[in-house]
Amino acid sequence: MSAEQLAGLSDDLVLGAVLLYLAAMIGFALELAFGRARTNTGATALTVTEPGVKESVAAGSSMAAGSSVAARSSGESGEGAEAGATVAVSPPEPPSWAPKAGTVGLVFGWVGLAANLGSVVTRGLAVGRWPWGNMYEFVVAICLAAVAAFLITQLRSNVRFLGAFVMVTAALGLGFAVIWLHVQAGPVVPALNSYWIAIHVSAAVIASGLFTVGGVSGILYLVRGEGFSRLPTRTDLERVAHRAIVLAFPVWTFAVIAGALWADKAWGRYWGWDPKEIWAFITWIVYAGYLHARATAGWKGRAATIVQLVAFACLLFNLVGVNIFLGGLHSYADVGG
Amino acid sequence: MTVDELQKETPQPAKLGLVGWLRWFWRTLTSMKTALVLLFLFALASIPGSLVPQRSVEPDKVALIYQNDPALAEWYDRFYLFDVFTAPWFAAIYLLLFVSLIGCVLPRTSTYLKELRRKPPTAPKNLSRLPYHARAEGELDVEEAARRLRRLRFRVATGPGWVSAEKGYLRETGNLLFHVALLGLLVAVGMGSLFGYRGNVLVVEGDGFANTVAAYDRYMPGSRVSAESLEPFSFTLKDFQASYQLGGDKRGQELDYTAKLSVNDSPESPARDYDLKVNEPLEIDGTQTYLIGHGYAPVFRVTDGKGQIAFDGPVPCLIESKPTLTSGCVVKVPDAQPEQLGFLLQFLPTSVRLTDGSHVSAFPGQLNPQAKIVGAFSGDLGVRSGKPQSVYQLAPDDVMKKLKPLAMGSKAPPPLAVGQSFDLPDKLGKIEFTGVKEWMTLQIAHDPGRMPALLASALATVALVMSLMIRRRRVFVRIKDGAVDVGGLTRTEGSGTGFGEEFADIVKALSAGEKDVR
Ligand code: HEM
Repeated sequence: MSAEQLAGLSDDLVLGAVLLYLAAMIGFALELAFGRARTNTGATALTVTEPGVKESVAAGSSMAAGSSVAARSSGESGEGAEAGATVAVSPPEPPSWAPKAGTVGLVFGWVGLAANLGSVVTRGLAVGRWPWGNMYEFVVAICLAAVAAFLITQLRSNVRFLGAFVMVTAALGLGFAVIWLHVQAGPVVPALNSYWIAIHVSAAVIASGLFTVGGVSGILYLVRGEGFSRLPTRTDLERVAHRAIVLAFPVWTFAVIAGALWADKAWGRYWGWDPKEIWAFITWIVYAGYLHARATAGWKGRAATIVQLVAFACLLFNLVGVNIFLGGLHSYADVGG
Repeated sequence: MTVDELQKETPQPAKLGLVGWLRWFWRTLTSMKTALVLLFLFALASIPGSLVPQRSVEPDKVALIYQNDPALAEWYDRFYLFDVFTAPWFAAIYLLLFVSLIGCVLPRTSTYLKELRRKPPTAPKNLSRLPYHARAEGELDVEEAARRLRRLRFRVATGPGWVSAEKGYLRETGNLLFHVALLGLLVAVGMGSLFGYRGNVLVVEGDGFANTVAAYDRYMPGSRVSAESLEPFSFTLKDFQASYQLGGDKRGQELDYTAKLSVNDSPESPARDYDLKVNEPLEIDGTQTYLIGHGYAPVFRVTDGKGQIAFDGPVPCLIESKPTLTSGCVVKVPDAQPEQLGFLLQFLPTSVRLTDGSHVSAFPGQLNPQAKIVGAFSGDLGVRSGKPQSVYQLAPDDVMKKLKPLAMGSKAPPPLAVGQSFDLPDKLGKIEFTGVKEWMTLQIAHDPGRMPALLASALATVALVMSLMIRRRRVFVRIKDGAVDVGGLTRTEGSGTGFGEEFADIVKALSAGEKDVR
C-alpha cells in the first residue's frame, strides 16, 4: 500500500472507531438503564457487617461472576475494608436481556479498540515515524489508551458500569480530533525526529488515558447523588478513580521526567518553564495533592473528587489550551484546522 | 502527616511567649493541611508564568509589552510577573513548602526507624471481626504457621496460640525516599542556577566562536560563575545544510539540518569534525552546545561614491516568515564617503514573481535567491553617537527621519540575483549582491545540576512507585482446639484491592500440607 492509501485507511479507521464506540456506548447504556438500580454504600440502608471478602476468598477470584449488582456494592474486589455492605430493599427484577446488552457493548468496545489501534498503526506506517507527532495523532492515541485501560481493567474486575461513559468520552475525543485537529499525514520538524518521542509521548499518552478514566469516574461521582440511582455506586466510582490515578501518577511523573531529558537534548536545558512544562508541573502538583489529600489528610468522597477533577481540567488545558492559546516551544504540536 | 496528626489541631496560641509562638508556627507549618495548602499555592503561583511572557524565555515579547503598554509592563514588573520563577514570592512559597516537607519527613523518619525495630502486635482475640477472615484446613501449630509466614517474607511474632505477621514496610521507605528526593531535586536546581551559565550566539558560515564571555550575543551567568571558569573550547562553522519537504501538504517544512563544525576542545588540542544537529548537542567537558535555529546571511559588497569598497561581508537577516524564510536584512555602511549609506533589504531564498509584478519567496530552500532593496538611504546613521544600536535595525526612529531616501517604493530596483548590483543615484556608490551564506544560532549551557537533578528525579520516581504500589498488611493466625483461624487487614487506605487474592493465597499456604508449600 502506498503512504497515501495507508493514511486514508487510517482516517477511515478512526471514523469506524467512533461508530463502534458509540455502538458500545448504547449497549452499556441499555444495561445501565434497565439493569438493577444501585444504592450508594454510604447511605444508611440496612448495613450488614458481613465483609464481602469472605465471598471472594471462597470464590477464589475477586469477581464472583454470578454475584448480583447489590452484592457488588459490598466491595467484591476485596475492598470490604472500606465500607460495610448494604443490602437495600430489593428493587424490581430487571429484564433478563439487560446484562446481555452490556456484553454486546463489550464486544463493540473491543472491536472499536482494534479499529482505533489500527488507525494509529496505519498512520505510523504512512508517515514512517512514531504516530504521535501532532495534536491530532496525540488525541487519537489518548482515546486508544483510555479505552484500552478500561477494557483491560474489565478483564480483571467488573467495571462495566463505567462502560457507557468511557465510550462516549472516547467517541467525543476522536470526533473532536477529526473535526478540529486533523492534519494530513506528513513529516514532523527535526526536533521531533528522535527516539525520545517514543518514550516521552507514549508515557504521556498512557497516563492521560488513565487519568481520563479517573476523570470520567469523578464526573459521574458528582453527578450521581446518594441513594438509589441507575448510575454506578459512589464507592465503586471512587475506587475506580483512585486506582486509575494511582497507576497513572507514576507514569505521568515518568513522562514529565522523560520530557525533561528530551528537552535537555533538544532545547539546551532540562527545565525552562515553557508553558507546557508549567502546566505539566501544575497537573502533577494537583494530582499529588489529590493523593495526599486521600492518603494522609483523610479527605474522601466529594472533596477528593473535586481535587481530582481540577487536576484533570489542568491536564486537558495543557493538551488543548496550551497548544492553542499559549504556544511556547511545544507549539510545533501542529494544531490542525 | 497522619490522620491523627491532622486532627490533633494546633491549639490557638493564647498568650504565648515567643517560644510558644515559634512552636505554634512550626507545628502549623509542618501540619499536613498547611503542606497541602502550600502545594496548591505552588501550582497556582506558577500559572501567571504561563500567561505572561517570561524574561528568561521570551525576552522579545516582554520588550514588546514594554513598547505597547509601558504602564502595564511597569505593573507587571512590580509584581515580578515577567520573572515569576525567580520572584521572591514564588521562592517564599516553595521554601515554606520544603521547610514544611522537612518538618514532616524528620519526625516521620524517626517514627519509622522505631517501628522497624518493633515486632508486630499481639493477634486480636476475635479474628472474624477483621476485614479478611478465613479458616485454614488441616493441622498446624504455631511454630509451623510462623515458619510458613516467614517464608512468605512476613515479619513474624508469636505467642501462646497465636501468630502475628506484618509485611510491606518498604511502602514507608518509598514514601520517605520520595520526599527526600524532592529535596534533592530542589538542591540540584539551585546548584544549576548558582554555578551554571547559559548564553546564545549567532555564527555565520565561515566564522568561528571561542567560548569567552565577550563572544556571546547574550550571556546569562549564575550568580557564582566567574568569567575564567568557561571551558576554553572553540569551533568554526564550515558549512550549514538544511533540507526541506519538496511537495505535498507540508511543502517547505524543515526535514533536517546539520551544522558541520570543526572543533578544538581546548586551545592545544587538534581540530576535529563534528556534525551538530537538533537533539544531538555537542558536549565538551560538561558544557553543552545546542543548535537551536538557522537563517540566511546574504553577502553584499558596497562601493562608495569615491569608488572604494566600504563594506564587504555577510549580513545575518531576521526571519520574517518561517515557512518561506523570507528574511529582513540591514546593511549599515558608516565608512562610506562622502556620505554614510544604509540599506533595508529583503532576502527571498526562492524568489518568484507574482502577476502584479511583486516578488515573494515561495520556498525556504535557496532555489532562486534574490535580494530586494526595500530602501536605500544616505546621511548620518548615528552609529558613532555612542548609543548602543541593534544590528537588525538601520537606525532609531529619530535618526531615520533625518536620513535621505535614495531608492524607495516605485524607485526601488527589481530584486538582485547573485552577482547583480544596483547603482545608487547621485553617484553615491553601488551595492552588489555577491553570494549567500547561512547562519545558525546556538545555545551554550553549563549546568552542574543536570546529573544530580536526573538522579534525584529517578529516585523520586522509583520511590513513588514503591510508596504507591506496596501495601502494608498484617495477617494473624489463632490456633485453638485444632482449628486454624486466619485474619488479615491492610493498613493503607484504598489499597485493599487485590489483597483478597493475596489473602486467599496465604490461607492456602497455611492450609497446605508441608510439601505443597513453596
Ligand atoms: C521538561 C520538558 C517537557 C515537559 C514537562 C513536557 C510535557 C509534556 C506533556 C505534559 C505532554 C502531554 C501532552 C499534553 O497534555 O499536551 C507532552 C506532549 C508532547 N511533548 Fe513534551 N514535554 C517536555 C519536553 C518535550 C520535548 C523536548 C519535546 C520535543 C522536542 C516534546 C514533544 C512533545 C510532543 C510531540 C508531545 C505530543 C503532544 C502534542 O503534540 O501536543 N516534549 N509533553
